[in-house]
Amino acid sequence: MDRNQLQRQVALKRSFLFEQCYLDPQQFVQLEELQDDANPNFVEEIVTLFYKDSARLFQKIEQALYSRPIDFAKLDDYMHQFKGSTSSIGAIKVKNECSQFKEFCLAANADGCVRALERVKQEHQTLRIHLENYFQLRRQAGLVQRV
Amino acid sequence: MGMSATDSQFHVLAVDDSVIDRKLIERLLKTSSYQVTTVDSGSKALEFLGLYEDEQSSSDSPSVSPNNQQEVGVNLVITDYCMPGMTGYDLLKKIKESSSLRNIPVVIMSSENVPSRITRCLEEGAEEFFLKPVRLSDLSRLRPHLMKSKSSNQNQEKQGDESENSETQSQEQDHELEQQQPQTMPPNNNKRKAMEEGLSPDRTRPRYGGIATLV
Repeated sequence: MDRNQLQRQVALKRSFLFEQCYLDPQQFVQLEELQDDANPNFVEEIVTLFYKDSARLFQKIEQALYSRPIDFAKLDDYMHQFKGSTSSIGAIKVKNECSQFKEFCLAANADGCVRALERVKQEHQTLRIHLENYFQLRRQAGLVQRV
Repeated sequence: MGMSATDSQFHVLAVDDSVIDRKLIERLLKTSSYQVTTVDSGSKALEFLGLYEDEQSSSDSPSVSPNNQQEVGVNLVITDYCMPGMTGYDLLKKIKESSSLRNIPVVIMSSENVPSRITRCLEEGAEEFFLKPVRLSDLSRLRPHLMKSKSSNQNQEKQGDESENSETQSQEQDHELEQQQPQTMPPNNNKRKAMEEGLSPDRTRPRYGGIATLV
């Protein structure tokens, strides 16, 4: 595949992510606008950081969810932190699942929380795969500078 | 030297417990040509500003390091609201209660749009309240506060030995006021409004326009 075709693929993937509401175009474009010659990989860096930090927060959430008695306030707090991060990178679907989780926390519904957490993680993982693919396409299309 | 050089970059201290949001705010600020320091808690912010919790200044007692904020040159603090331990609101209060730090403009960020929270912060002296995620366009609102802060800090340095005055005050009043001690502005709700108006009966020294020459 030549470079033009690859770049078209990148553009298509990007549109797909927006149209399918995986990503909030406003926020994602804002992140892209923060890239420059000195910081050409900012978007990928912050996404990588997001996934690294998510792992930490998921651990805390699970620990809190499986301890007895459940501290729903703490659970809500952890999820609030995670939700904030999803908002910063524009991860709409993940963020929406976080909101669902928080509703269950408010209702002190443990089962609901368990199910909601599953959905959060599913969306989180789906987005991860899409984004990895997207960044890979960008590299292949020569859109990424080697630092 | 600290922030007395008129052409140096503004230095912003960003406070947020989220590593992602710290990375984002840092990039936003640097893109807007600010010098940035990020910390992950309110107590670290106060440490950086030279104010230690157990040695907190009030308007009655001398501060521990009165010129530290000029040495580290922090021109603005932007802080998340929801943080464990010291919230952004607590940090704001501590800064505004400190005689050495109260002139530093403070901006609060929050992911939640809670009107009572916003009002409370503004009443406590926050200059702006940004909803997260913060955008580049939000940061353009910082500049007026930075310009005003730089101007009033120049005033502090020039206090007592400069005769230029762009305000319409009488000569005798100026002369009298020059002798007085550093500002003892009462921490009340009108403070912010008073600063905006420029002329407040509570101020004990003349307000100079931004035309004072620097040493």
